[in-house]
Amino acid sequence: MEKFLLAVLIAAAPALADESMVKLADGDGKQVVEANCVTCHSLDYIPMNSVFLDRKGWDATVTKMIKAMGAPIRNEDVPVIVDYLVRYYGKP
Amino acid sequence: MVFDRREFLKASASGLVVAGTGSALSMAASAADSTLGPAALPAGALQSSVLEALPGKVALIKKSYRPPNFETPVRYFNEPFTSNDAFFVRYHLAGIPKVDAAAWRLSVGGEAAEKPFELTLDQLRREFQAVEVAAVCQCSGNRRGLSDPHVPGVEWGYGAMGNANWKGVRLKDVLARAGLKKEALEIVFDGADGPVFDKTPDFVKSVPVWKATDENTILAYEMNGEALPHWNGYPVRVIVPGWTATYWMKHLISVRAVSEPYKGFWMEKAYRIPKGKFALVDRFISQETDANTPITEMVVNSLFTNLYEGSVLPAGKPAVLRGIAWDGGYGIRAVEVSIDGGASWRPADLGMDLGRFSWRQWTYALPEPKPGNYAVMAKATNRIGASQAFELVFNPPGYHNNVVQRINVKVA
Repeated sequence: MEKFLLAVLIAAAPALADESMVKLADGDGKQVVEANCVTCHSLDYIPMNSVFLDRKGWDATVTKMIKAMGAPIRNEDVPVIVDYLVRYYGKP
Repeated sequence: MVFDRREFLKASASGLVVAGTGSALSMAASAADSTLGPAALPAGALQSSVLEALPGKVALIKKSYRPPNFETPVRYFNEPFTSNDAFFVRYHLAGIPKVDAAAWRLSVGGEAAEKPFELTLDQLRREFQAVEVAAVCQCSGNRRGLSDPHVPGVEWGYGAMGNANWKGVRLKDVLARAGLKKEALEIVFDGADGPVFDKTPDFVKSVPVWKATDENTILAYEMNGEALPHWNGYPVRVIVPGWTATYWMKHLISVRAVSEPYKGFWMEKAYRIPKGKFALVDRFISQETDANTPITEMVVNSLFTNLYEGSVLPAGKPAVLRGIAWDGGYGIRAVEVSIDGGASWRPADLGMDLGRFSWRQWTYALPEPKPGNYAVMAKATNRIGASQAFELVFNPPGYHNNVVQRINVKVA
């Protein structure tokens, strides 16, 4: 697969111009969330999955990103991220 | 169907009231289809959806930008085939290459193949018999947004699906050239797209060898008479008619025969359904565990295509309700419609049979609708007697939603 990738004209998809229109709610932890999540996907995945996840749900989602998707999130950032998601995009 | 923006604005300003003939019902459909999805979607999903056109596509309902996940507004499903520029787009991973046709190679091999080889696109087109199959392509998680309770994931409404005429070569012919060993168990597909991080599992899928060598399983290089759009897997994708689209690998570059069950996140952990909860004929036995089994065939389903929640029909004027019905490839035997919330059902008229893997269009005539509120429902039954569910078979990943639609409309 790697050999082929070198031969083919590869352009890893640049962020679409409109992705910058996605604005997360202001609040503590927003910068940590943005910095960590935006590497792999646009931030609209977060509001799309609201507001029905409780703390258990958001915790499981962030855990899946780390364990299943290999997201390089530092241990100390995990509670900051989960707290933010629960507070601003969690089940009321 | 051309969407006239001025007509839409006029119609929506008048509160979705339809005046006139059945064609006016189509206009009401255009107006009502200005919503970005059914109201039952999570509020955040509706709020973060926008109508946006990817290059080469008409405006579709954006669920996520990167990787792109865009669904088709339902009104496009009034056509027998979904035009390429309106076909939905779904990606798991954001590393999406623009494939150069001249440089593209398909690698065919694996430890359960006798003679590995490579094909250029030209060779694929010239050296194997071309076949065509009309088949519905539907995301396993189509309608996930309607799950109650809601579950995380891409919060699709009705539009993560489309019907196309696919042209390509039989996978069985390609595998015959490679020579399958007796012990070949599964065929593994890999596409040129991949993750941004090397730790993220690449999207790789396998199918049982008996499904791969089914005469209907093809490697398609054309869709509705044209080359595949970039966003739908240019230059070649796998078509597994009757099975959900997770197996329909886009930007195909590798086909491998293996003698052991393929292990990878997107097979082992994702795309699994609980055993015994869904009527299935096609079982992916080599991938089954005690707890679950891979999703395979689509479940029988139907959809109103010109009627929406809150549509208003004119009293006393004939109206035609339209829709589609489809299943995992056994064929649609009947569609029944109720206009009294399920108390009584009458058969709809089925349209032309375009093949058992295509959807079937249907119509239901209301010659003289009387004023009032109506709960309109449609229920499809396939040729092996499977019918739609009235209650969701809940599963945490949100697959196989085929709950009978119930739409509240008004005749005034």
